[in-house]
Amino acid sequence: MITLEFLYRLMGLLTGATALINLRDTTNPNRIWNAAFWGLWAISFLVGTWLSDLASGLLIMTMVAVATIRGVRCSGTESTSLTERVASARRWGNRLFLPALAVPFFTLLANATIGRITIDGAPLVEAKQVTLVSLGLATLVSLSIGMLMLRPPLRAPLTEARRLMDSVGWAAMLPQLLAALGAVFAAAGVGKVVSALAASWIPSGAPFLSVTAYTLGMALLTMLMGNAFAAFPVMTLGIGLPLLVTGLHGNPTIIAAIGMLSGFCGTLMTPMAANFNLVPVALLELPDRYAVIRAQIPTALSLLVVNTLLIYFLAFPR
Amino acid sequence: MLVLSGLLIVVLGFAFRLNPLLVVTCAGVVTGLAGGLGFEKTIGTLGHAFTESRYVAIVWLVLPVIGMLERAGLKERARDVVMQMQRATTGRVLLAYLALRQATAALGLVSLGGHPQMVRPLIAPMAEGAAERDVPGLDQATRHRIRAHAAAVDNIGVFFGEDIFIAIGSILLIKGVMEQAGVRVLPTELAVWAIPTAIAAFVIHGTRLLMLDRQLRKGTR
Repeated sequence: MITLEFLYRLMGLLTGATALINLRDTTNPNRIWNAAFWGLWAISFLVGTWLSDLASGLLIMTMVAVATIRGVRCSGTESTSLTERVASARRWGNRLFLPALAVPFFTLLANATIGRITIDGAPLVEAKQVTLVSLGLATLVSLSIGMLMLRPPLRAPLTEARRLMDSVGWAAMLPQLLAALGAVFAAAGVGKVVSALAASWIPSGAPFLSVTAYTLGMALLTMLMGNAFAAFPVMTLGIGLPLLVTGLHGNPTIIAAIGMLSGFCGTLMTPMAANFNLVPVALLELPDRYAVIRAQIPTALSLLVVNTLLIYFLAFPR
Repeated sequence: MLVLSGLLIVVLGFAFRLNPLLVVTCAGVVTGLAGGLGFEKTIGTLGHAFTESRYVAIVWLVLPVIGMLERAGLKERARDVVMQMQRATTGRVLLAYLALRQATAALGLVSLGGHPQMVRPLIAPMAEGAAERDVPGLDQATRHRIRAHAAAVDNIGVFFGEDIFIAIGSILLIKGVMEQAGVRVLPTELAVWAIPTAIAAFVIHGTRLLMLDRQLRKGTR
């Protein structure tokens, strides 16, 4: 049976290799700290399942300390020169797209098939994990295709991955850390306090105000929590159902569906949604940390207005 | 009320552009302490949740493939292809990707995209390449703006496409929350009511992308 543990070992190899290559790179004055950051993460991927919670907690505190005090500094320049790459691009032409497009292609293919495979009656992959395992397998297949086709030096994928990992830097860890923050919020009961606050502030009766309170509330709480999924139960049970459905006899399907989409408008405007808004900033080497959010805000605000009007005009009996 | 101090730290930390890792860690520790978990339990909760969330980082597994292809000139090729297509402007390239991303997400194919696998190696160089051809003396700030738009299109396309698919996580979450409150809703109907916003997203963001083309052309005069 293939589980997430298999993918974690692969991630352990990737981060471990990134640490080792950094450690041996004497041209980078920050090499020890880069290696420490990636090495600690590798430990979490390789043996995290068996570490105590406290040990894991201390491990991430150390990673955060290293990243904050010394930073993960971008190291390698590209290992081939621009002229070499242009020549190679001419030589391979559109065939270069094959291994790149193989990633989504095989992800979809695996997604559609591996869930149905059973060995001795036991499923090969647990249903919940099919998507992630598919992505992992597709990556391995695409890597093999690329290696066979391009025949680069054997270590090229790892040295290149290290260059990309270093350029993404600490941002690579942020989505996972935010997921952990969400768990602490839940354990400390932040959701309950917010929903009690929300319920006590809301004007009841006036339909347009109530709808606006719901859609705006969804967007704002999503911005704070970084995730529309965390905001949805709080706002829908706190405002959506009591005020809009029970109080004003609105259609629950329309209110809930468009309420969730109002939350997505919030996701587009918050650095807390790091995997969508901050990680691409690092990946695309942009100097302004909020460049992607800035590009999204006009669309997000317009859609928030659209959603409010949609609920107001469509969800209530006339 | 005191447990909300973590949220306050998050807001202030991001507003003052402190290192996000530090902000998030402090917010976690303060929230845990304010919620009465105690120091050891707070660190443990963070550690446990971090370990349980390792799947979030699996997107990075694709980097060796992308790196290997970049080494062989993938970005340069993506740029060349667009440069040869005279009608493919920056805005139109991004508009086409928006349509593709929304349509495939609506069919449940959300993994057909993403920043590491699609935007960095393909979409961003294509959008930039088109501008390079159309705008002489393209400056660095404009390049960065185009890249940011390439990343934004990926997000907007998937967010306002995926809810039209009935088996996506958010639809199932809506159904679950509503059922717990005693209200029955059907996934098929939830999906149908995601369509008006999806159309609005395409129209609004599509218009902005075509306006981006105009701004790029104006910038040169």
